[in-house]
Amino acid sequence: MNTMVGTRKFAPRPVLVTLAIALILAGLAASSSGAVSIPWSNLPRLLWGQAAPGDAMLQNILVDIRLPRVLFSVVAGAALAASGVTMQALFRNPLAEPGLVGISSGAAAGAVLAIVMTMGGFFVVASMAFAGSLLATYLAYVVGSRYRGVAGLLLAGIAINTIASSVIGVLTYLADDAQLRDLTFWILGSLAGADWSTLAWIGPWTLLLLAYLLVQWRVLNALLLGEREAAHLGFDLAAVRRRLIAVTALIVGPMVAVTGGIGFVGLVVPHVVRMVLGAHHRYLLPASMVAGALLLTLADLASRLVVSPAELPIGLVTSLVGGPFFFWLLMRGRTAAR
Amino acid sequence: MESATDMFSAFDIRVSRGRRPVLGGATLQVRPGEVVALLGANGAGKSTLLSVLAGELRGEAAVHGKRGVMLNGCDLAKLDVAAQARSRTVLPQKPSLAFDLDVTEVVAMGAYPFPGLSQDDIDILSRRVLDKADISHLAARRYLELSGGEQQRVQFARVMLQILAERQADPRGRYMLLDEPTASLDPQHQQLLLGVVRELALTGRIGVVLVIHDVNLAALWSDRIALLSDGVVVACDTPENVLTPESLRRVYGVAVHVMAHPRQPGKPLVVFG
Repeated sequence: MNTMVGTRKFAPRPVLVTLAIALILAGLAASSSGAVSIPWSNLPRLLWGQAAPGDAMLQNILVDIRLPRVLFSVVAGAALAASGVTMQALFRNPLAEPGLVGISSGAAAGAVLAIVMTMGGFFVVASMAFAGSLLATYLAYVVGSRYRGVAGLLLAGIAINTIASSVIGVLTYLADDAQLRDLTFWILGSLAGADWSTLAWIGPWTLLLLAYLLVQWRVLNALLLGEREAAHLGFDLAAVRRRLIAVTALIVGPMVAVTGGIGFVGLVVPHVVRMVLGAHHRYLLPASMVAGALLLTLADLASRLVVSPAELPIGLVTSLVGGPFFFWLLMRGRTAAR
Repeated sequence: MESATDMFSAFDIRVSRGRRPVLGGATLQVRPGEVVALLGANGAGKSTLLSVLAGELRGEAAVHGKRGVMLNGCDLAKLDVAAQARSRTVLPQKPSLAFDLDVTEVVAMGAYPFPGLSQDDIDILSRRVLDKADISHLAARRYLELSGGEQQRVQFARVMLQILAERQADPRGRYMLLDEPTASLDPQHQQLLLGVVRELALTGRIGVVLVIHDVNLAALWSDRIALLSDGVVVACDTPENVLTPESLRRVYGVAVHVMAHPRQPGKPLVVFG
């Protein structure tokens, strides 16, 4: 195994273990902090033990509000980062992510349409977002497969993003004040919709698809060599492309429906993990999933603490912190990459 | 010894780009154990013929007869890519890598078509091909910080691992397609790489087709030379039979002198101009 590590600054296993421990600590911190703080020492008692008098409210906050939200940020963070890794390998482009191909904005347009045109209701919004992401993916695929290589897909992504943002723009005009507030919150991204009933379906769904991605590390590595070379290594490229795009859409569509647009996680998490571990997808994929989960858990914690007892949209937090961070990475990239 | 099915052959291949025919009925056969060099002027169709053999490009369908590519007795068009990858490897002309990997990680990709290989098997094979490609000292380096020639040798090692993996389990011939493998190598490593190719062909029952521009390297290291001109293989025979002043002048359109090689008895040495 040691021959696989080479000149990496860090071996994969210790990094994964460190990330996992950090994620558990962040999860505990996120469970205990918020508008009402719950001491860590009380967490086991509230979860499993004998409830003391006066515990009922704390127990409600922990079990019904905090816990699903923390678990949701873990799943969403892992999903966003893993989709980023997959798209970047597929497009051989470090800037590719579901947003670029138009999957996220397709989902967003669908959801906004539902918010403005119907009475709303979570289920309607979610299914419209899902429909939007599937339609965007289908268009990207149809247009993309008309051209050799990935140029077609990227161009299709530009067109889809343009269409989606103009649809959203028009709908913003039509929206009334209450809808507008809903809309803004949703466009900026929020985990406020996380509850047990949502988690019960999106959790297993996403984890299953993420497990599928984990065993695709060979083909993702092969794609780094180029599409022709991947074919010469025995991978049926048309099928691989179709499969990976579909899986990404199936992960991102439902997720965007619940959380809205949470940017930057799919872009920067893979970037940073790649700098630490290299691009070998056997390690890059799991490490990015854990790092994405960690990042989103911390971002959600920040979004609840900064203007407590109110909360910031989480997408705002990730962009505020992540945008400049990414910029800094790009600035130092030229010297640090060598 | 050799059956008719133990062979890689392209028969009457026709390919057009737009209206212009690139290949006008090219035919080529390669048997396990031999090295065939494709020579010809720019635009003669060398790379196109290699792409057809690689399955990247399909020639025009036959009106009647048996036009097409046959790999060990199977129609290449009907063989799935995974099966192709276990019998035939392709070294591209300008290999690239989108994100950085270690040299060993790139080389180990040659094992992907063989999911049955254990990590130990892969490590043993890796060490062997790294040594053969003279890049053992680069094993722990990152691919993207290597020079162009070093990257070329890493890719060659990857292809070598692919052609040697599970070789004992599969007695049929295997085939290696190399597109200008020596283009970015220094003279020492040009000789070294072609020597390894020759040795692989003989000891591993591997048929090799290589596109090469250096006529003299082709003369020294190949068993047969296929001379392409205007999309047709105009001659395919031993170097001394193919490399005649007349045929070379016809193909390259410049004055050519052919003499006996001073160091390699029986081999021709070609001087242009």
